[in-house]
Amino acid sequence: MNAVSSPLAAAPASGADLLLWVAVPYVCLAVFAVGHVWRYRQDQFGWTSRTTQLLEHRWLRWGSPLFHLGAFMVIAGHVAGLAVPDSWTEAVGISEHAYHTTAVWAGSVAGVAMVTGLGMLCARRLLTRRIRLGTDRSDKLLFPLLSATVLLGITATAAHNVFGPGYDYRATVSVWFRGLFVLQPQPEAISGAPLLFQLHALTACLLFAAWPFTRLVHVWSAPIGYLARPYLVYRRRATTPAAPTAGGLPSPAPGARRAA
Amino acid sequence: MPRGEATIGRVLAQVAMVMNLDKCIGCHTCSVTCKQTWTNRTGVEYAWFNNVETKPGVGYPRRYEDQERWKGGWMLDKHGRLVLRSGGRTKRLLSLFSNPDLPSIEDYYEPVTYDYDNLVSAPAGPDMPVARPRSVLTGRPTAITWGANWEDGLGGAPEHAAGDPNLGGEWAQKVKFEFEQTFLFHLPRLCEHCLNPACVSACPSGAMYKRVEDGIVLVDQDQCRGWRMCVTACPYKKVYINHATGKAEKCTFCFPRIEAGQPTVCSETCVGRLRYLGLLLYDADRVGEAAATPDERDLLDAQRGVFLDPNDPEVRAAARESGIPEDWLDAARRSPVYDLVMRYKVALPLHPEYRTLPMVWYVPPLSPVLDAVGAAGGNQDDPDHVFAAVTRLRIPLEYLAELFTAGDTDVVGGVLMKLTALRSYMRERTLGEAGDEAALKAVGLTPREAEDLHRLLAVAKYADRYVVPAAHKEDAAALTAIENRCPVETSGDDGPRKVMLGIPTLRRNPTAGGRP
Repeated sequence: MNAVSSPLAAAPASGADLLLWVAVPYVCLAVFAVGHVWRYRQDQFGWTSRTTQLLEHRWLRWGSPLFHLGAFMVIAGHVAGLAVPDSWTEAVGISEHAYHTTAVWAGSVAGVAMVTGLGMLCARRLLTRRIRLGTDRSDKLLFPLLSATVLLGITATAAHNVFGPGYDYRATVSVWFRGLFVLQPQPEAISGAPLLFQLHALTACLLFAAWPFTRLVHVWSAPIGYLARPYLVYRRRATTPAAPTAGGLPSPAPGARRAA
Repeated sequence: MPRGEATIGRVLAQVAMVMNLDKCIGCHTCSVTCKQTWTNRTGVEYAWFNNVETKPGVGYPRRYEDQERWKGGWMLDKHGRLVLRSGGRTKRLLSLFSNPDLPSIEDYYEPVTYDYDNLVSAPAGPDMPVARPRSVLTGRPTAITWGANWEDGLGGAPEHAAGDPNLGGEWAQKVKFEFEQTFLFHLPRLCEHCLNPACVSACPSGAMYKRVEDGIVLVDQDQCRGWRMCVTACPYKKVYINHATGKAEKCTFCFPRIEAGQPTVCSETCVGRLRYLGLLLYDADRVGEAAATPDERDLLDAQRGVFLDPNDPEVRAAARESGIPEDWLDAARRSPVYDLVMRYKVALPLHPEYRTLPMVWYVPPLSPVLDAVGAAGGNQDDPDHVFAAVTRLRIPLEYLAELFTAGDTDVVGGVLMKLTALRSYMRERTLGEAGDEAALKAVGLTPREAEDLHRLLAVAKYADRYVVPAAHKEDAAALTAIENRCPVETSGDDGPRKVMLGIPTLRRNPTAGGRP
């Protein structure tokens, strides 16, 4: 970490840098964590993918798989680009040039798929009246924020790494990102990055803060366990008749209460 | 019931239903009272936990019985293994983003409300003000082009009824031209609360489950994540998506009433008194084997083989061991459902070929046959005429067989003959004659059994129709928590503070979206 950061630490971080690249990310992460705990405990009923396929399926049929599969690739790319230091990839014999060539190509495919898919999903939400009327306030926050983050990200890549001379974000943005998680924040690492990268990082922080309050929570419910569980599910009506306190409201077993 | 030397596995009890279709007049009281009780809410305007279809007809949602299209239920793969028709686990997870086999709202209908306000607020004028239909989904005026009982009483049948998926064979050609004159009957449908529920098996979240105590299949609203695989998997299309909450909802078999020992709302309010509720004991360990029976036409017998005789001491011992309380065993012995399904064998399951082992059974209607006898100049009261009609009238028989016996006309014919023999015997007895016991004997009934079956089917006293043991008293405290509230309401006043994230404005303010 120090080896990477030393050449960058030319000037001490300004107040604005501290605010934008230390305070904001940590606040957002705190909201992300606490928000999830709160939502999971308080709002199991609202914890859903909020499917609208019943009301519109022609756009969804292409838009949703494109968006989701693109998003998986984009997330994988970010994990590789942000979490893995370049010294590691070089240690296993991947040159900087090879890495970036791969990243630009794979990233472009993933990014275009994600942007196309998200565009279709946004379009159907705006253009299909049934869906627009059913759009929740949290969706009105989520869709613009997600779109802004994705568009800034793909624009930054396009402007600097596809059509531009190339920008090694692994030496700057990634260092800042990892610094947050090892509790050695390095705002100076990103303060010199191009504006598009900075904006992308900021909107991403806001997206993480908004995450627990939107339909994005369905990400954590990805039903992987389904692959292993028995087909038939039996449950008892109520686990145990919770302390039959007279007049009180015993908490019923999950499922007994809102089964339909 | 001969069970041979086979050992009894885990014994479970199921609250099951039988409907006597001859008595259904298609009044839709069951549907309406069910809707008022359970789905009179935003998001489920189009959901009919109970609906009544006119047969022949395309049903609701349209052509739901076409499993080539909708991929509901189970099938045997080429190795003879039981698999969901909509595909294996991996395929299901891959179609999470877009489910290719999900009916869209057009396959149901666009829910509407009416501009009732116009009736009182329209300015004075020469014309009577009218209440125009308005889409609940878009808030705009709309034309009503379909509904849950659009084809009621064969309305529009010349145009639509040929789309009935049960009209498959070449015999169906005749139906298309003749059935308006020959036959029609009503088919009330609700969730089948299957022994081998495909919806439960398809739920990626594990939110759907079959209750151990009474076999009722439910959706845990807190665990449902809106993956919508249950809708596809259910071959009867009795799981609906609440478009306001994005979660699945289905017929609950009125479990709060059942737990209190009361019949379901649809049963309680049935004008024709055609519904029967009672317990069936079954061997849970043999469900999978029965559902995987190679020949579709053997599925009826296979399912009957899963049911256990509540009078058999061995069964009772095994049931006690499985934790079934004594009063439930007693109720199982008095179960009218057991009598109709197992003792008299006049009830048949709806579409056994879906391999879900459904638990709402039907006594097939004799009236289409009687109508045909009358139309052909025969005597409806002469069993010989009716027997001849049952064997000769391919149209109704094959159609009924498509519905109830996977195409086996012998079984449906046998039931209809039994009903005919019973009908003519009891008619003679009522008129003070001796009664033709030979005809009874031919269909395997003794005079005593005929009296009993007649009492059950025709007299049908409330206490005979509904034998529902209350849930167990030990659980009473837990049950009081739910008995006075709608189980799907978002939160009670006494509960934790409301969290309304993810639920659109439409739902927050019931007046904004308009009520159906």
